[in-house]
Amino acid sequence: MLKNKGLTIFSCLVFAFLFLPLLLMAVTAFGEASTITFPIEGFTLKWFGNVFASNAFMEALKLSTVLALLATLLGLIIGIPAAYALARYTMKGKAFLKGFFLSPTIVPGIVVGYAIYQFVVVSLRMPIFESLLLGHFLVVLPYSIRIVSSSLEQFDFSIEEVAWTLGCNKWKTFFKIVIPNITSGISAAFMLSFINSFNNIPVSMFLSGPGVSTLPTALMNHIEYNYDPTVSAISVLLMLATIAIMFVVEKTLGIAAFTK
Amino acid sequence: MAFIQLKDIVVRYHRKQNVLKGLQLDIQKGELVSLLGPSGCGKTTTLRVMAGFIEPQEGEFHVNGKDLTKVPVHKRNFGLVFQSYALFPHLTVEDNVAFGLKLRKMAKEEIQKKVRSILEVCDLVGLEKRFPKQLSGGQRQRVALARALVIEPELLLLDEPLSNLDAKLRLHMRVEIKRIQKKLGITTIFVTHDQEECFSISDKVAVMNEGVIEQYDTPEKIYTYPKTEFVARFIGFENFICFQKQQPHCYMADNKALFITDMDIEQTTCKGTIRPDDILIKEDAEGGNVVTGTIQVRTFLGKSYQYEVKTDLGVLVVNAASERIYETGETLHLQLPANKIILV
Ligand SMILES: Nc1ncnc2c1ncn2[C@@H]1O[C@H](COP(=O)(O)OP(=O)(O)OP(=O)(O)O)[C@@H](O)[C@H]1O
Ligand SMILES: [Mg+2]
Repeated sequence: MLKNKGLTIFSCLVFAFLFLPLLLMAVTAFGEASTITFPIEGFTLKWFGNVFASNAFMEALKLSTVLALLATLLGLIIGIPAAYALARYTMKGKAFLKGFFLSPTIVPGIVVGYAIYQFVVVSLRMPIFESLLLGHFLVVLPYSIRIVSSSLEQFDFSIEEVAWTLGCNKWKTFFKIVIPNITSGISAAFMLSFINSFNNIPVSMFLSGPGVSTLPTALMNHIEYNYDPTVSAISVLLMLATIAIMFVVEKTLGIAAFTK
Repeated sequence: MAFIQLKDIVVRYHRKQNVLKGLQLDIQKGELVSLLGPSGCGKTTTLRVMAGFIEPQEGEFHVNGKDLTKVPVHKRNFGLVFQSYALFPHLTVEDNVAFGLKLRKMAKEEIQKKVRSILEVCDLVGLEKRFPKQLSGGQRQRVALARALVIEPELLLLDEPLSNLDAKLRLHMRVEIKRIQKKLGITTIFVTHDQEECFSISDKVAVMNEGVIEQYDTPEKIYTYPKTEFVARFIGFENFICFQKQQPHCYMADNKALFITDMDIEQTTCKGTIRPDDILIKEDAEGGNVVTGTIQVRTFLGKSYQYEVKTDLGVLVVNAASERIYETGETLHLQLPANKIILV
């Protein structure tokens, strides 16, 4: 590999710029003072205890997890067949459809949230949880379609045809031949969808109602009135969870799954 | 009645133009038939109609007296090998081969027995646990073949199965395919655009041109007696001369010269053709079937020289051994032996 001192220093600076704030945040979670300060005084784990003791946070965590899981699953159930159809068949207006499916990644989340609020919640009187689910589903669907599509680009459809000739019908072939060959794409789509739904604020802001909020909105609400290290503690916990997920993915699929 | 019958098959893709234009083909049980033709003439399309990927707009496809035109792919029981082999990347050699059998709800022991015996036939023993990525081109090719054969297909379809292999392996594999095909007695269709490959392997050859079969015959017949100008050109004839029939076995060229031919056909106008190798170079203009001209271009071919000779019949191409070398501009007397002139 080529060595270049200037470049190395530059990368280190970028790295520091990205990670130092996270590191500082993590450190503040252990301070004894009742506001976030740096450097910290003393050492305590009570803010972590606070997180688990807080009913609001625990409820929000549960809601966010369930929501992210369901939205992701729905996104995959709809997204995988859609990506398959887009890759397999040439149809009129394919480019348009592709653009349409991907549009929510271009349209700001605020707009999606507002649109759903206007047309679904207000006019159809959909319950809070269902409308949250709908919103999150719309947010994550493009990730499924886009990631699975790019895995299908590497897929040689003649192996599907061979399976048909061997006596496998189209449905079975889809599950026995197509799916096993795009698992890395599906896992990557799962992770990205989950993380995106879990972290989403704009859509959730519009759609959460009294007593029902997702973790990020609960955090925002909390910060508005309190500036204590509970927030840092939650962040540390979330970072640990993300690192754990990434570690598992890296071990099982390789980090390349994310860049595909 | 033939085992396999393609009756007036017409296929068109999205555009109006027909890709297959009323294609007819009859194949006997156990035969190996090649579809030979230039790129884009519709060979793969014909194969895909038989496999069931394409439903023809017109015509019928019969196997053993049954009309299969509308039967879906997975109910046809045909073996298929693609140019790209199309092995299942997530399965081992063994599981690739067993895939078709497992769908047939066979007992485990029976599957194992069949897989083992086909792997032996295809010379793949010892590679059972490997994944496709870990195999050489020739080995992948044989796995694809084994996977298609193990289901005991009624018909085996091969679409240019050898074109991704190097020259030596191609030669070896075509002998292998022929051996296995004869051993199992499976009716086989072999698509290729390589004529040597096609002649060496086939019981019969169907030469295709623009969506129809121009000639369907044994390789020997096609090599020596092409029926149309297209077939003749495709298998190496050159030197096409317009003929008017004077009397049986006697034809007149445009320059009024008379040619005697062993062959004879009904039509009064036709073309006489001869391979560059079959034209003889003579010392003088004595004897019949001789034309005279001057050499325009000389090309060295290794074993021989090729001369383009300008005569009043047009330019004739002649291959001659390199013992006696002629120079450009020299006058040549060319004899077209009566038994080598083919009328199309
Ligand atoms: N899916 C398709 N859509 C539209 N046209 C097609 C399609 N497949 C093939 N064609 C056209 O049909 C004609 C015949 O194609 P086919 O693939 O059968 O040729 P081939 O004889 O197999 O040629 P090659 O030797 O190059 O494989 C070609 O002109 C091709 O452009
Ligand atoms: Mg082809």
